[in-house]
Amino acid sequence: MYRIVSKKSLAHKETLFEVEAPDIAAKAKPGQFVIVIPHEKGERVPLTICDYNANKGTVSFAFHEVGKTTKNLGCLDEGDCLLNVTGPLGNPSEIKKFGKVLCVGGSIMIAPAILQIKAMKEAGNHVTTVLGCRSKDFLFMEDEARALSDKLYVASDDGSIGYKGLDFLKDLLEKEKYDHCVVLGPVVMMRDVSEITKPYGISTIVTVTPIMMDGMGMCGVCRVMVAGEMKFGCIDGPEFDGHQVDFDGLVQRQRLMLPEERLSSMLWEMQVEDGGCSCGRNKA
Amino acid sequence: MAETKPKPKPKIKKEEVGMPKQEAKVRVKNFNEVALGYTEEQSLEEASRCLQCVKPQCVSGCPVEVPIPEFIQCMKDKKYAEGITAIKMKNALPAVCGRVCPQEEQCQVKCILGKIGDPVSIGRLERYLADWEREHGIQIPGKAKPTGKKVAIVGAGPAGLTAAADLIKLGHEVTMFEALHLPGGVLIYGIPEFRLPKAIVRKEVDYIEKLGVDLRVGNLVGRIHTIPELMNSGYDSVFIGSGAGLPMFMGLPGENLGGIYSANEFLIRVNLMKGYTFPEYDTPLRLGKHVVVIGGGNVAMDCARCSMRLGAEVCLLYRRSRDELPARQEEIENAEEEGLVCKFLATPLKFFGDEKGWVKSMECQAMELGSPDASGRRRPIPIKGSEFTMEVDTVIIAIGQTPNPIIQRTTDGLVADPRRGTITVDENGKTSLDGVYAGGDVATGAATVISAMGMGKKAAKAMHEYMMNKK
Repeated sequence: MYRIVSKKSLAHKETLFEVEAPDIAAKAKPGQFVIVIPHEKGERVPLTICDYNANKGTVSFAFHEVGKTTKNLGCLDEGDCLLNVTGPLGNPSEIKKFGKVLCVGGSIMIAPAILQIKAMKEAGNHVTTVLGCRSKDFLFMEDEARALSDKLYVASDDGSIGYKGLDFLKDLLEKEKYDHCVVLGPVVMMRDVSEITKPYGISTIVTVTPIMMDGMGMCGVCRVMVAGEMKFGCIDGPEFDGHQVDFDGLVQRQRLMLPEERLSSMLWEMQVEDGGCSCGRNKA
Repeated sequence: MAETKPKPKPKIKKEEVGMPKQEAKVRVKNFNEVALGYTEEQSLEEASRCLQCVKPQCVSGCPVEVPIPEFIQCMKDKKYAEGITAIKMKNALPAVCGRVCPQEEQCQVKCILGKIGDPVSIGRLERYLADWEREHGIQIPGKAKPTGKKVAIVGAGPAGLTAAADLIKLGHEVTMFEALHLPGGVLIYGIPEFRLPKAIVRKEVDYIEKLGVDLRVGNLVGRIHTIPELMNSGYDSVFIGSGAGLPMFMGLPGENLGGIYSANEFLIRVNLMKGYTFPEYDTPLRLGKHVVVIGGGNVAMDCARCSMRLGAEVCLLYRRSRDELPARQEEIENAEEEGLVCKFLATPLKFFGDEKGWVKSMECQAMELGSPDASGRRRPIPIKGSEFTMEVDTVIIAIGQTPNPIIQRTTDGLVADPRRGTITVDENGKTSLDGVYAGGDVATGAATVISAMGMGKKAAKAMHEYMMNKK
């Protein structure tokens, strides 16, 4: 059993779990992910690793409560257990001294972006961080990011905090030279940032989060086209060259099961409203 | 001197006892097991057909050398417990093998009765005994004295389970690592419930655990521990049975549209994740009304038969003709009884989607057969100008799997075939690394459950010798 040792609310319906998983904690590296199975009838959900502590034997991951499984996870508390957490999966990020690095984190992926920022900084890079969010209520980990980065910018979709949108990046790249860029966030954000960095020839790495099931190369549901070639997000990625990823195809495949996800989520809401919350808690 | 009368020769029944099955009309609406199994009377009648040959050929056809005449004699004597014990000396998964082994190509093809009529239905008798034991309580055999040696088994599929059972009975300490959250490998994620009920797989794995094997699920070797790390952390030998689970795609335009599944994705959703019960189980499975399965092997049949049970009309598209279908004859017959339509000598060229990105039609091309290729089967050749279009809303690509690549990618010095992705082994399963053995689909490429078990067995023997001879 994988016990939740701490639960932290990052923003409205955005939550961070720290879970006991000593084997994973000993091996995890930035850029990798875990597959979480909440209970016996649950899905296998991929979530990017946000932190790990080999001494404590814990790993952390964050999720946005959108569908049934993530809402279900949101109902769990410290001390509750998950049926299974498998990992670390996927290839670790390339962390080395690039020089000047631009790290962009958006929405729930701000949480794993912090881990990248930390690793890039430790590798001796000058790190400029950009945190993106829908509006000011959804910004989190700003202080952590500021403490770790050489420079910090904040942007929001509605302009309620920081810059409005990501267009300011163009001016930034005009003024300053960057050697490398990493982007973790919604597909649209990764696409936009990749388009902005491309004319400047800045190597740009994006983290794809397609639908996954086994997460170890068996089902192929996470396939994504990169430079015209079929790649599996789970074993070939999850990081790819942002200038080569077919983002439109990625978005389309992410939405494949939307009607089913909505149905599942609706049934869950009804169940919770009825007071019959059966969130599949596993007590240790 | 009184003449001794010649003994009347016993009359041999030429026909096998048929397997009772769920009716096609009924079974196509449920996921319950199709073959219901012999009754005691039926199994005794079938067992009585065995001639108890002095030089039995059947055993030589079995990759794990089950003592077939012995267990059938036990059945004739109604000594069922002895019968199953005889099988389990060689085969740790009899309830599985009795159901999914292609006996018609292995033990039964060698049966002498086959020359005059039907061979003895060895598989059905094996299944009867295994099922009998499950109902009457499974016996745990004794083990050899502890050797003090430790073995790691990677992958809890047919090869790994067999190797684990053999090695623990020889007195070694065995840890088995399984990457998925449930053990069984292809038996649990691939073969559907109606051919191999998952409760039976669970029981067979329970037996292996009761022998003392330490099973760790959700533990992906290559990512948590690498093979060299296992060898350096106290394991004396490692067996890799990680299977062939990497699905092949065709590289055709439109292949990433919604509604186009790899056979693996479809079967994992159905079998492992119980997607057919959605929303009771959380993993969804969207299947349209017109399903096309591309391929002609057992996996393709499994996909087709699952789809029919989920209410779809299913067409199998195969690029060669009926004679070249690689699936078991029994599976083809079952599938056709359930309503499968086969379209032979055709291959897809392109998939078209609707405005939501879901597949709506596919362009195909007719083929004709040329001279035999490297596989000995006649090569399909496209016929120019024969293009045609089919309306579809779901496509399942069942054209094969290649070995899971994670271990090969994360193990320095492990020699693998760069083209096929298989780990290179000798006839005993020995790899290029000292003490490291491999078997099953990861070494052979996609094959059968029983051939994987056979290799697990051979490797276990070689590993035992390796460990006992090592200073």
